[in-house]
Amino acid sequence: MGLSVVLVLIGLWVGQNVNLLPIDASANAPVYDELFQVLFSIGTSLLLGIVGLLIYSLIRYRRLAGDTGDGLAIEGNLPLEIFWTAVPAIVVLFIGIYSYDIYERMGGMAPLNDHSVHAMHNAADQAMESGMVPGMAMEAGDGPARVWAGISPTGSGADTVKVDVTAMQFAFIFRYPESGIISGELHVPVGQAVALNMEAKDVIHAFWVPQFRLKQDVIPGQPTLLSFTATKEGRYPIICAELCGPYHGGMRSTVVVEDPESYSAWVTKNSPAPLPVSVSPANPVPLQS
Amino acid sequence: MTLTLSPPTAAPEPQAPLQPQGWLRYFSFSVDHKVIGLQYLVCGFLFYFVGGALAGMIRTELLTPLSDFMPRETYNEVLTLHGTVMIFLWIVPVVNGAFGNYLIPFYVGARDMAFPRLNAVAFWLIPPAGLLLISSYFIGSASQSGWTAYPPLSLTTPASGQVIWILSVLLLGSSSILGGINFIATILKLRRPGLKMLQLPMFCWALLGTSILVVLSTPVLAGTLVLLSFDIIAHTGFFNPALGGNAVVYQHLFWFYSHPAVYIMVLPAFGLVSEILPVHARKPLFGYITMVYSILAIVVLGLVVWAHHMFTSGTPPWMRLFFTIATSLIAVPTGIKFFNWLATLWGGKIALNSAMLFSCGFIFNFVFGGITGVALAQVPFDIHVHDTYFVVAHFHYIVYGGTVFVIFGSVYHWYPKFTGRLANETLGRLHFVLTFIGFNLCFAPQHWLGLNGMPRRVAEYDPQFTFVNQVSSVGALLMAISTLPFLINVVYSAFAGEKAGDNPWRALTPEWLTSSPPPVENWKGPAPLVTHPYGYGEAAEPQAVGASSP
Repeated sequence: MGLSVVLVLIGLWVGQNVNLLPIDASANAPVYDELFQVLFSIGTSLLLGIVGLLIYSLIRYRRLAGDTGDGLAIEGNLPLEIFWTAVPAIVVLFIGIYSYDIYERMGGMAPLNDHSVHAMHNAADQAMESGMVPGMAMEAGDGPARVWAGISPTGSGADTVKVDVTAMQFAFIFRYPESGIISGELHVPVGQAVALNMEAKDVIHAFWVPQFRLKQDVIPGQPTLLSFTATKEGRYPIICAELCGPYHGGMRSTVVVEDPESYSAWVTKNSPAPLPVSVSPANPVPLQS
Repeated sequence: MTLTLSPPTAAPEPQAPLQPQGWLRYFSFSVDHKVIGLQYLVCGFLFYFVGGALAGMIRTELLTPLSDFMPRETYNEVLTLHGTVMIFLWIVPVVNGAFGNYLIPFYVGARDMAFPRLNAVAFWLIPPAGLLLISSYFIGSASQSGWTAYPPLSLTTPASGQVIWILSVLLLGSSSILGGINFIATILKLRRPGLKMLQLPMFCWALLGTSILVVLSTPVLAGTLVLLSFDIIAHTGFFNPALGGNAVVYQHLFWFYSHPAVYIMVLPAFGLVSEILPVHARKPLFGYITMVYSILAIVVLGLVVWAHHMFTSGTPPWMRLFFTIATSLIAVPTGIKFFNWLATLWGGKIALNSAMLFSCGFIFNFVFGGITGVALAQVPFDIHVHDTYFVVAHFHYIVYGGTVFVIFGSVYHWYPKFTGRLANETLGRLHFVLTFIGFNLCFAPQHWLGLNGMPRRVAEYDPQFTFVNQVSSVGALLMAISTLPFLINVVYSAFAGEKAGDNPWRALTPEWLTSSPPPVENWKGPAPLVTHPYGYGEAAEPQAVGASSP
C-alpha cells in the first residue's frame, strides 16, 4: 500500500511537471492546458497506483514451487466494494463538472443558434422550390450553423474578423467578406476575435489548429461556425483531421497570427479592386500563398 | 427458468457418427459447438495475420514523413481493410464466436448450443465474407473511406470496393446476430436443471450482455449500410448533401452500432479474464454480484454514449453534455471490475504462467486505455485530439492491449482443454514479453503524436514527427516478431506438448470436469451441477463442489 501511495504521488508530480502539449496560441489554449494537466495528474496517479498494487500482488502472493494449496476463500467485501464504487463515481463526477466549467469558459455552452435543424430544412425547402441543389443554397450562409464557439461569446462583436472558410479536396480557401480577399492562408490579427463560417464543397473535412486546441468538422450542406482569439504571433499549421481522400495527409494550410499593423498592411495589400467579389463554387480562384 | 428444451442429464445413447470425424470435421458443416468454436478461433487467427500484415504496411509507410511506400489510394485501402478485418473478422468472431461457442454450453451444463445448425451457419458466413472483402482489393479497388465509411467520402470513392465492403460487413453482421440470438437462448433456456443464473460462471453473464448489445445494435448498422448502398448504387440521397441528404445522420446511425461494438469486443474479454484469474490465483472471484451488475450497467450505458465520437461533427451543446456524462459514467462499472480483479489476486497463490501474464498485461493496458477514454469523453479535451493519433493509441489500448491480450491469455489457459496437451511455458512467456514491450512501444508514443498535431489516417506527416513514428514502427515490428513463438508453440505443442491430463489447472468450472479434449456432447455421464464455479480457498477441497449428480 505504501508503494502505491508513493506511486500516486509520483503520478501527481508527473502530471504537474511534464508537458506533452505544443505551445498555446489562442485564448482557450491555456484553459485547455489546465484541464489537460488535471486529467493527466489524476490519470497518471491512478495508473501508477493500480500498477503498484498489481505488481505488489504478483510478487507478494506468487505461488511457490510445490505449493498446491489455495489462497484465502474471500468471496467479497461489501464495504470495500462500496468504497471503490463511490470513489470512481466521485472522481468522474468531479471531472465531469470541472470539464463542464472549462467548456463554459471556452464559450462552448454560450447560447447558440440551436434551431439549425429547422434552418437546414427551410433552406433545403427553399432550394428545392427554386430548383437549386440544397448544398448550394447554404453557400449564401444565411442559415445559422451548428456551432462550436471558441473562447467567450465573441463572434458577433463589431471588431470581430469574419472569415468564410471553404474546404474542398484538398485545400482550404479563406474569404474575407469585408475586404473581399480570397486567400489560401488564414491571416488573423493577434488578440482580436475571429469568427470562421465554414462549409465543405465535397466531403467532410475538419479544421484543426493544434496550437489553438480547436477542431471543427467542415461539413457539406451544413455550415459550421468556429470562433477563437489568437494570442501569440506566429505561423501555425491548419490540418485537415477528417479522412477526405487520397491526399488527406497533404491537406494543410497555415494560419498566420500577426500584430494588428502587419495584419492591416496584409489586408490593404491583398484587397482586390473595390468590386463585389464572389467565388463561383464550380470555379474556385487559384490559391495564393 | 428451470425449463430446458432437452433434459441434458439423460445420458445419450451411443449412435453412429453423423458427422465427419478426426481433423476433417474442422472443415465440415459440423454442429458440435466445440468444433465450431475452434473453427472460429483458427479462422480468426488467419484473418488476424492478414490484418497484421496490413498494419505492417501502414507502419512501413509511416517510417518516413513522405508518402513513398505505396500509392495514396492504396494506403487508404490498406487502412480501411486493416480496421475492418481486425474488428469484424478477428476480434468480434474470436472473442464471441470462438470462446463463446466452446465454453457456454459447458458453463450452462448443456450438450450443445440451443440452435446447433444456426450456429454452423453463423460460422460459415465468415470465411466467404472475409474472402469477399479481401478480394475487393484485387477487383478494382477496395474501400478507401476507412472502416467508418463516412459519406459523402464513401459515395465518391470507387463504388465497387465500397459496395463489396458493405456486402461483406452485412454478412458478418448477420453472422454476429445469429450468434447473439443463439447465446441468449442457450444461456437463458438451456441451463441444466438446478443451476441458477447467479451460479453461472462470469463469462456467461459477459456473453449474455454482449449478445443483447449485438441483437439490439447490429441491425441498426445493417439498415444504415443498406441505405448507404442505395446512395451509391441507386443515387438516392439519404446521406448525400448534394441531394438534400444529411451526412451527419449517418454518423449517428453508424456509431449507434459501432460504439456498442467496442463493448461487444471488450465485455467477453472481461468474462474470460474473470475465468482465468481465479484459477491461477487459487481464489474465488471477488465480488461476483457486483461483477454481474457492472456488466449489466455497461450494457445499458453502452447504448447511450455513441455521440462521443461526434463531438466535432456539429452536435448541439446539450447533446455534447449528455454524452460526456453518460460516457464518463461507464468508468464506474468498469472500474469496479478492475478493482475486483485486483482483489481476486490479493492474498492468492498466483502462478505467473502465460495465461496469467497476458491477463495482467490486459489489466495494465486496459486501465491505461480506460483513463485516456475518460479524458476523451470530456468535450473540451476531445475537441483537440479527436481524429488524431491520440485516438488511434486509445482504441488500440482497448481492443489490442485489452481484448487481444485476453485472447492470447485464453488460448494458453484453454489450450490443454482444446488439445489435451500443455502449451510450452517458456515460449509462452517469451511471447508475452515481446508482445507487451512491442505493443507499448508501438502505441504509447502515439498519444504524444496526436496531442502535438498528427491526425489519423494520413500517409504523410510533418517531419518533426519522424523519430516518434519510427519508434512506433519498431514496436509494430516487435509485435509481428512476437507472433512467431506463439505460432511455433501452438503447432509444436499440439503434437509434442506435455500431456495435460483432464484438469491440469485443478479448475472448478464445468469444462474441466470432463476429459481433455472433451467427447462429443461434452460429458460421458450426466452433466455436473456446478453451483460454485469459483469455490477455491483453503476451506474448500477442489472437486468437492464439482461433479455431483442430482
